[in-house]
Amino acid sequence: MQLVLEKRAERSTVIALVSPVIAIGLTIVTMSILFVIIGKNPIAALNVYFITPLTDAYSLQELAVKAAPLVMIAIGLSLCYLANVWNIGAEGQFLVGAVAGSWLAVKTHGTDAGAWVLPAMMLLGAMAGALYALIPAFCKVRFGASEILVSLMLVYVADLLLDYLVRGPWRDPAGFNFPTTAEFDPVATVPLLFEGGRLHLGAAIALVIVIGAAVLLGRTIKGFEIRVVGAAPRAARFGGFSSNQLVLLTFAISGALAGLAGIIEVAGPVGHLQPGISPGYGFTAIIVAFLGRLNPVGILIAGLFLALTFIGGEQAQIAMKIPLDITKVFQGILLFYVLACDSLILYRIKLIMPQRKVADGAT
Amino acid sequence: MLDSGSGHARSGAALLQTIGLTKRYGSFLANDAIDIAIRPQEIHALLGENGAGKSTLVKTIYGLIQPSEGDMLWQGEKMVLAGPHDARARGIGMVFQHFSLFDNLTVAENVALGLDGKESFKAMSARLEQVSQQYGLPLDPKREVWQLSVGERQRIEIVRVLMQNPKFLILDEPTAVLTPQEADQLFVVLERLKSEGRAILYISHKLDEVKRLCDTATILRGGKKISTCLPREETAASLARMMVGTEIKQVKAAAHRQTTVPRLVVNDLSLAPDEPHGVHLKNISLELKGGEILGIAGVAGNGQDEFFAALSGERLAKDPGTIVIDGHAAGHLSITARRKLGAAFVPEERLGHGTAPRMRLSENALLTGHAASGMVHNGFINTAATLATVDRATESFDVRKAKRDPEAASLSGGNLQKFIVGREILRNPIVLVVSQPTWGVDAGAAAVIRQALLDLAAAGAAILVTSQDLDELAEIADRIAVMFHGHLSEPLMTADADRETLGLLMGGSALTPKDVPDAVGA
Repeated sequence: MQLVLEKRAERSTVIALVSPVIAIGLTIVTMSILFVIIGKNPIAALNVYFITPLTDAYSLQELAVKAAPLVMIAIGLSLCYLANVWNIGAEGQFLVGAVAGSWLAVKTHGTDAGAWVLPAMMLLGAMAGALYALIPAFCKVRFGASEILVSLMLVYVADLLLDYLVRGPWRDPAGFNFPTTAEFDPVATVPLLFEGGRLHLGAAIALVIVIGAAVLLGRTIKGFEIRVVGAAPRAARFGGFSSNQLVLLTFAISGALAGLAGIIEVAGPVGHLQPGISPGYGFTAIIVAFLGRLNPVGILIAGLFLALTFIGGEQAQIAMKIPLDITKVFQGILLFYVLACDSLILYRIKLIMPQRKVADGAT
Repeated sequence: MLDSGSGHARSGAALLQTIGLTKRYGSFLANDAIDIAIRPQEIHALLGENGAGKSTLVKTIYGLIQPSEGDMLWQGEKMVLAGPHDARARGIGMVFQHFSLFDNLTVAENVALGLDGKESFKAMSARLEQVSQQYGLPLDPKREVWQLSVGERQRIEIVRVLMQNPKFLILDEPTAVLTPQEADQLFVVLERLKSEGRAILYISHKLDEVKRLCDTATILRGGKKISTCLPREETAASLARMMVGTEIKQVKAAAHRQTTVPRLVVNDLSLAPDEPHGVHLKNISLELKGGEILGIAGVAGNGQDEFFAALSGERLAKDPGTIVIDGHAAGHLSITARRKLGAAFVPEERLGHGTAPRMRLSENALLTGHAASGMVHNGFINTAATLATVDRATESFDVRKAKRDPEAASLSGGNLQKFIVGREILRNPIVLVVSQPTWGVDAGAAAVIRQALLDLAAAGAAILVTSQDLDELAEIADRIAVMFHGHLSEPLMTADADRETLGLLMGGSALTPKDVPDAVGA
């Protein structure tokens, strides 16, 4: 008996929709085994992870707050990945965006600056993220350097830059030597959507970005260009599309979105610049992009799901003393299954009985 | 004449016999209960159109594919093959249509990689030279493959198989890449192998060749065996009828075509290759008027791909004046700008170059139509317009497909090619550059495509057709030029371009002194 992958004539739209669900199912099975191994009740653990966070309004808002940066970053990354360009450094672009926007918040701190501060911070964040992402893009186009390595390495540069600034020049003088800037002024803070809640303007911005990406990819020639360059580079060149230009464009867009997510995170839920502002959003967004099938609406759903693992992970740590790193294990296993299940879109699994037995039976 | 098993030309025990050999892919029958018998000292033709099941059958015999049902008998005994090594061990050898050679390795190194034995490299090299001499297939074991012509590369493949001293040889369309003269040389070798008592299964769709060379022919159509016959007692027309199942429509040129102003002019175009082992285009000049079809013949790999890329704008020329489209210097223009001047292009490779395989036909209409067909407004795609193009191409060119807007890869080769040609012709181009318009396309689709090219020329367009099929060029071209090592010969009027003359040009031996290339290859 033998398992064979047989190529399908057309990609299966049913499997394209079902495959992330299968991947999630397999991940949950694997995680249950893992919970048993570390001596926790898998039912209780899964309950804390996936059900409890959905049962009260505060957690639901928190879910949207955590999902917003994931979705924003993943939308940008999906444009890169569709074009067959590999931006792995969204985490760095997120941090640089946060730093650039915070610069204005620190400079205007305690002055009478008006309502222009927050929009200007967002603009700075997006621009800085875009410029930072253009470094690996330029190295690829000009020198043929691997954008995967360059973008990944720049994550650590950004991380250390942020660390230096909050420990050095931007440290809050009244902050008891903690490595953090002063708390941002109200004009430099992302407003809440509802008084007394957690949900802030960033969630609404993420939604607008999802809609924008859906229009870009589905309705415009630029979106078509992105898809065709990734799907069939030679055909794209025959169509008159330049892949180099697209490398720069998709990197710039994804960098801008990551940078915007970064400054919104700092000026929103966190409220000041400090190390550790991201629990790995830039990397988790890679999983979000693929789990969402590189489709804007899919990414919205996937972003909410992965946000759930962050919140569930925190609650599991509190309630069941399950280590927080389990969340990362969970996310890694999920990405593995998502990519594995993707092959089912183009191939079907067939069980083949031994040839010889069939032939012998016939004679 | 149309027997199925009895009354073969030769009597005597078959070397290889298949009984009810069937290969099923899902619900699709690639081979449907095929009986075929090949005797020693026989050249047996396997005839059929693309998709008739020839490849599946020979791959089964060579052990690459396991049959779903049926048996194979080897010298009267039942044979089950675990893989090609099993087939080789019994004395079955195969020369594939697509060579599997490493360009940067020498002839001897390539042969060594393909042999199962354990002899030393030195002994193997000596034996290689001896076998190649013995069969009149001269090869220098120390030369690197990239320096060799296509004919020489094929010799490596043949010698590699002969070094295993096979009793049974399978050749898959061996003359597809050869000049007429090279093909003649190959036939001498095959006759010799036959006289030594070996059996040969010869796959082809060139009927004249089969009539000349083969003792027996088995015709496949749609996975079924149609007949086994004696090709020398058949006419080319009767063989074609068995292959295709119906009469092939003859294409008709308009009685009198008006040629008008020059639409496509190439002035002394030279272009260095952009990849290692690419062909350097050298001083190519031509002038093509509206209403005219110019054919470019030549063995594959002599610069046709590079020339197409230069004409289309996928590679840019340094001097704008080297390529002139409808009076506009275009050498520096992108492919999109050239399309806007009224040019259209059909590349050789359908999947991956002419179309994005996993995208819908409407998206593939947009791929070349976005330049100038009202498919895009302010950056937004007009989906209705792209779908309308698909519908029009479907209707005008009889594109058969399972649904209105399927993925390109799901169409058969012939239908996809009809779509691609239709997509370009519906844009009413004044210049059409088309490469291998009917390569790997069934006879019905080929006739539709050739007729469409003739009609487009009759409507006043200038058409440049690159093809390795001399019959095709003779059928549609007004003039024929030959490409060899990046040079383009002076065009001949089609009436003066007999196979002999073209063959010599394709082999590079009839060039005027100024065109003699700088000694690469044979």
